[in-house]
Amino acid sequence: MHVFGAGGGTSSYREIEDADLIVFWGSNAREAHPIFFHHALKAINKGAKVYAVDPRRSKTAEWADTWLGLDVGTDIALAYGIGREIIHAGLVNEAFVANASSGFDEYFAACERWTLEATSRETGVPAHLIRELAHDYAKAGRAQLCWTLGITEHHNGTDNVRALCNLALLTGQVGRWGAGLVPIRGQNNVQGGGDMGAIPKNLPGFQDVGNPDHRAKFERMWGVPLPAKYGLTLSEMMEAMDEGHLTSVYIIGENPVQSDADTTAVARRLRGLDHLVVQDIFLTKTATFADVVLPSAAAWCESEGTFTNSERRVQRVRKALDAPGTAKDDIEIIRLIAQRLGHVWPIQTAEDIWDELRALSPAHHGMTYRVLEERGGVQWPFPDEDGPESPFLHGRLWEGDPEKRGRRAPFGIAEHRLPVDKLDDAFPLRLTTGRRLTDYNTGVQSGGFNSPIRLGACVDLSPEDMARLGINEGEVVKVSSRRGSVLAPARRDPGLRPGLLFMACNFPDEMDTNALTIEANDPISKTAEFKATAVRVEKSNEALPEEDGIADFIDRERRNGAFVAAQEEG
Amino acid sequence: MDLKFSDAEPSAEERDAIDRRLGGPGEGGWHGGARDEQDHRRAHTGRLGTRSRRHLVMEALHAVNDRVGWISPGALNHIGKRLSVSPADVYSVATFYALFSTNPRPKRIVHVCTDIACMARGSQAVCDSLEERLGPAGVASGWKHSPCLGLCERAPAALAVEAGDPPREHLIGAAGEDEIVMALNAGPAALAAEAPPVMAVPQAGQAGLMLLRRIGRVDPESIDDYLASEGYVGLRRAIEMGPAQVISEVKQSRLMGRGGAAFPAGIKWESTAKQPATPRYLVCNADESEPGTFKDRALLEGDPFALIESMTIAGYAIGAERGYIYLRGEYPRAYRMLSNAIGRARERGFLGADILGTGWSYDLEIRRGAGAYICGEETAIFNSIEGYRGEPRSKPPFPFEAGLFGKPTVVNNVETLCNVPLIMQIGAGQYAKIGTEGSTGPKLFCVSGNLVRPGVYEVPFGATLAEILELAGGITPGRKLQAVLLGGAAGVFVRADELDIPLTFEGVRANNATLGSGVVLALDDSVDLPAVLLRIARFFRDESCGQCVPCRVGTVRQEEALLRLLRNRHDRAAAQGDVGLLRDVGLVMKDSSICGLGQAAWNAVESAIDRLGILEANK
Repeated sequence: MHVFGAGGGTSSYREIEDADLIVFWGSNAREAHPIFFHHALKAINKGAKVYAVDPRRSKTAEWADTWLGLDVGTDIALAYGIGREIIHAGLVNEAFVANASSGFDEYFAACERWTLEATSRETGVPAHLIRELAHDYAKAGRAQLCWTLGITEHHNGTDNVRALCNLALLTGQVGRWGAGLVPIRGQNNVQGGGDMGAIPKNLPGFQDVGNPDHRAKFERMWGVPLPAKYGLTLSEMMEAMDEGHLTSVYIIGENPVQSDADTTAVARRLRGLDHLVVQDIFLTKTATFADVVLPSAAAWCESEGTFTNSERRVQRVRKALDAPGTAKDDIEIIRLIAQRLGHVWPIQTAEDIWDELRALSPAHHGMTYRVLEERGGVQWPFPDEDGPESPFLHGRLWEGDPEKRGRRAPFGIAEHRLPVDKLDDAFPLRLTTGRRLTDYNTGVQSGGFNSPIRLGACVDLSPEDMARLGINEGEVVKVSSRRGSVLAPARRDPGLRPGLLFMACNFPDEMDTNALTIEANDPISKTAEFKATAVRVEKSNEALPEEDGIADFIDRERRNGAFVAAQEEG
Repeated sequence: MDLKFSDAEPSAEERDAIDRRLGGPGEGGWHGGARDEQDHRRAHTGRLGTRSRRHLVMEALHAVNDRVGWISPGALNHIGKRLSVSPADVYSVATFYALFSTNPRPKRIVHVCTDIACMARGSQAVCDSLEERLGPAGVASGWKHSPCLGLCERAPAALAVEAGDPPREHLIGAAGEDEIVMALNAGPAALAAEAPPVMAVPQAGQAGLMLLRRIGRVDPESIDDYLASEGYVGLRRAIEMGPAQVISEVKQSRLMGRGGAAFPAGIKWESTAKQPATPRYLVCNADESEPGTFKDRALLEGDPFALIESMTIAGYAIGAERGYIYLRGEYPRAYRMLSNAIGRARERGFLGADILGTGWSYDLEIRRGAGAYICGEETAIFNSIEGYRGEPRSKPPFPFEAGLFGKPTVVNNVETLCNVPLIMQIGAGQYAKIGTEGSTGPKLFCVSGNLVRPGVYEVPFGATLAEILELAGGITPGRKLQAVLLGGAAGVFVRADELDIPLTFEGVRANNATLGSGVVLALDDSVDLPAVLLRIARFFRDESCGQCVPCRVGTVRQEEALLRLLRNRHDRAAAQGDVGLLRDVGLVMKDSSICGLGQAAWNAVESAIDRLGILEANK
C-alpha cells in the first residue's frame, strides 16, 4: 500500500493465465489457494515457466520448473541479490524506473553488497539459480510475482513485501495486463474486510482515520464526531490486555485462541478480561472463554451482503437458508446491541448499508447492487456506474503524461534481518508452519468433514533428521520451543532439508502448533512471525492426548449447559 | 505436478537401464539417487514443450522392458522421478501398449501371429501344437497370441524376444513349433539367422523397379553402397531447387499418401510450411500395423538410407528442425538398420548441423512403438511420441496447424516419403506420367495369403487385381480363390469374380473398395472365412483405444453379434436380427468414432455380408 497507494493485488485472476513467467514466493498456492492455482495451471498448460521460492519443496514447488530452497527468513537478501543481478546484467527497465519510480539510487546502493556469492551464502540458494531467476523475471514479457504468508508472517513481513515490490519496479512487471504483484488472500473476504475499514487506521474505502477531510465525510453521513485516533491492531490489543487497560473485548468471527501465535499467552489474556463477547457461527475454542456468545448467521448462505476477493472483485452473496435457532444476522445483532446501548438505529437491509458505503467510498461508488448483479461482480476502483472496470491496478504508471502518471512508486529500502527466534544449542531446529489442502485455518469450518487425503496432526521432518534422531515415521515426538511444547506423530517429508521442520496449523485441537510459535510482530502489519520458530525435537513415550475434536468439545460443553445458555441469551 | 510415489524401489538392473537411456543418474535424490546437499536447495520439474522430458516416458519403458522383460512398480516410480511424471501416469502409459508388461514375466517370450495372413497359412496348427507341448498361451508357458507381425510373406510368423543387455529379438518365418520351442528353451540366439531382407521382394533385381530398385543389390548397412546407387542425388537436386520449389514439384507430381488415406502429400507440406509457428516437425509413420501390411518393412530393412534421404528432403522443404521415425515395436531388424543408417548419415554430414553447406540443421530420431495398432493414426502417433497413451486427438486442429508438441507437423507414411527422391530426380512432370491420371507413380502391394510367391510387389498404378495375383504366381495349385481382402482389416473383401478391378485410388473407389495400405490378401477355399471375420472383429475390439464410446462399445458388440451368428447359423430369425444389429452398430461407429479405427472397424464385416454373402442365414 505504501508503494503504490492502495492495498490489494495488482492483477486479476484471469491475468495469470496469460503470464509467461510465474514466481510463487513464500506461497504454497497448490495446497493453500487451490482455486487461484487453477488459474495458474492454465498458464502452466499454455507453457508459462514457474519458479517456486520456498524453504520447503512444497506441492507448489513440485509444479515449478525450478525450486529455490532458501533459508527461512532470508527473503530480503534473496530479493536484493536478484535485484543486483538484474541491474548488473543491464536488464533494468530504464524508462519505467525513470518515469514511474523514485529512490532508485538508494536502492542501487543498498543492493550493491548482495553479489550472487554473498546472496547465495546468506540464503543457501545456489548462485546460478539466483541468476536464472533474475534474468527470466527481467526478460519475461509478462511476469506474475505471487506471495502469501511465507512472506508476510515474519517479524519484518512488510519489509519482505517491499523487497518483492522493488523487483517489479525495477523491471516494469506491474501495471500491465499479465504483469503484476499478487498477494494471494487466504480467505474469501479478507480483502473485503480491509476495504470496509476493518483495519485500525482505515475508514471504509482505504480512507485514513487521521485525515480530517476523510473523517468529516463520515461524520456528516453519520451525524456523530469520530475520534481521530487510530485503533489498535490485534497484537496491540494483546499488549493492551497484558498491560491491563483493555478489559472488555468483542470478537466477531475470529478464533485467536487457536489461530494466533503463542496460544498459551492468548488464552491467559482472555481469561483475565472483565468481559468477553464472541460472535460466531460455531462455538469455537475462543467462544468457550466468553461471558456471552452471540450465535450469528453464516455469512455465505444465511445472510445478504457482499464479499470481495483477492482480485478486488466485489460479489453479491445471497441468503439461501434461514439461520438455525436463535442465530441472527450480524447487522441485526449490532443494531440490537446499539439499541441496548441507547441508540435507536433504523432497521436496514444489506443493500441500504451498501448504498451508504457507496456514498462514502469513491472506489465503490459505481457499484450498485444492480451493476453487481448484471456484471456478476465488479473490481474496484469503480467510481462511476457506467465506467470501465480495472482488471489491473497502477496502469497509470505507464502513462506518458506525468500528470496522468501521478505519484511515483518509491523503491523501499529494507534491511535484511534474520528471524527473531534464534537457533541455539537448546533449540537448534527451524520450524515453519503452513496449511494443508484438506483443511482450512484452525479447522473450525473444515474439521467436520472427512477427507481421504487428510494427513491430520503431524510434524514433518527431513529424512536426514529422522535418521539422525532415530525417529520412525508415525512415532510420537515432542516438539518444544521457548514457549511451549506439543506432541505429534512424525512424518517423513523429503521436501524438507535437515534442520527444517514443518507443522500445519489446521489441527489445533490435536496439535496446538501455535503453542510453539513466537509473537514477534511486524511493526506495521502487526502480523506475528508464524513462519520461523526455533525448536527441538525429542522422542517421546508420552501418549497423544485424546482426540479433542470440535464435535466432542461441543458435546461436552452442551452437557455443561454453557452452550445452551449462551444460545438462549443471544 | 503433484508427485506421489509409493515405497517401491527399482532393482539395480532397472535403475541402470532407465538411467542409461535418460542420460546419467540425474539430479540426486529427486531422481531416485542418493540425496545430497544440492537436493536441499534446488529441484527442477520440467513439464511442457521443449523443457519437458515427458516424451521420454516410452523410451524409458522400452529400456526396462528390453532389459528385464517387464516393468515393476519400482521401475515405474523411478521413471516417474526421473521425468517428473506421477507413477500412476507412467503406469497408464505402460498398460496401453501390448509389448509392455507390468506383471512379472519370464525374460523369454514368443509372440505367435494368429492374424489373417497367418491363419490362411496354418497358424492354427502351430498354436494347437504349442498348446500341447507348452500349455495354453500365457505368461506361464512363455508364448502369446499376437496380432499381425508384418511378416505375412513368410507366414505363419512369430517374434521371439529375450530381455537382457542387449536384448535379443528375432522374427521367425515361416515359424514351426520346433523353432518356437527352441527360442524359448535356448533363446533367440540359438535360431538360424533371419532370412535376408531381399526375401520379402520376389521382384528384387528386376529392371524397371523404382522404389525397390536397391533391394537385394546394395548392402543396406553401407552408405557407400547407397551413394554409389544414386543415393542422395535427390537431396542435392532438392537443395538446388530450394524449399518452395521442392514443395511445388511434389504438388505437381500429385503424389498421394500411401498409408491409407490417400491425401495429396504436396498440400500437406505446403500448408505446414506456411505456418508461422516454429519449430516444425516431420513425422514418418513407420507404425505399419494394418494386418497384412509389410511393404514398409521391406523398404526399411532393404533400403533404409532411402527413407533417411527422403525425410531429409521433406524436412528441408517444410523447414523442420527435427524428424521422428515412429517405428512399430515389432520390427527389430528395421530398428537396427535405421539406427545404423542415421549414424552413418550423420558421420557424412547428411544429418546434423549445416547439411551440405545449406546452413540448415536437421536431425532424425527413431521412436519405437510398443504394440498398438492405433498408433498408426496420425494424431495418436503424436501422443505416443510425446510419452502419452496413444489415443487419437480430435481434429481440428489438424497436424499442419498443431501436431507434434503442438507445433506444425507433417506426417507421411514410409512409402510416400520414399517416392520423394524419385520425384526430385526425374521431375514432377515425368513422375506424373507414371501410373494413371488420378493415381500417379509406382505403388507397392503387400501380396500375401494362399499364393505361390507372396511378397512386396511394385507396379505402376493401373494394374488390375488379377495382374497382381498373377505376379505372385497365382493361387496355390489345386485350390480355388475364395475371396481377396483389399486394404487390410480396415479394408473390404472382394469376390473371386471381381479381379478386373484396377488397383488405383479411383478404380477401387468406383468399385466401392479401398486400397488402404496396399494389402492384397488372397484366401483360397481352404480358409474358414467366418473365422477370419471373427479374427478381424477381435482385432478391432482388442486394438480400440477405448477413448470414444462408439468404438469402445461398438467393437465389442460387433464381435459378440458375430459370435452369436456363427454359433446359431440355423436360427434364421436370430441371425437376421444380429445382421441388423451389426449394421446399426457399424453405422454408429462409422458416423461417430473419433478416428479411422472405429470408422473402419465395420468395413470388412460389411463387405463380407454384402459382397460375399457369408453371413446370410441360409448358408
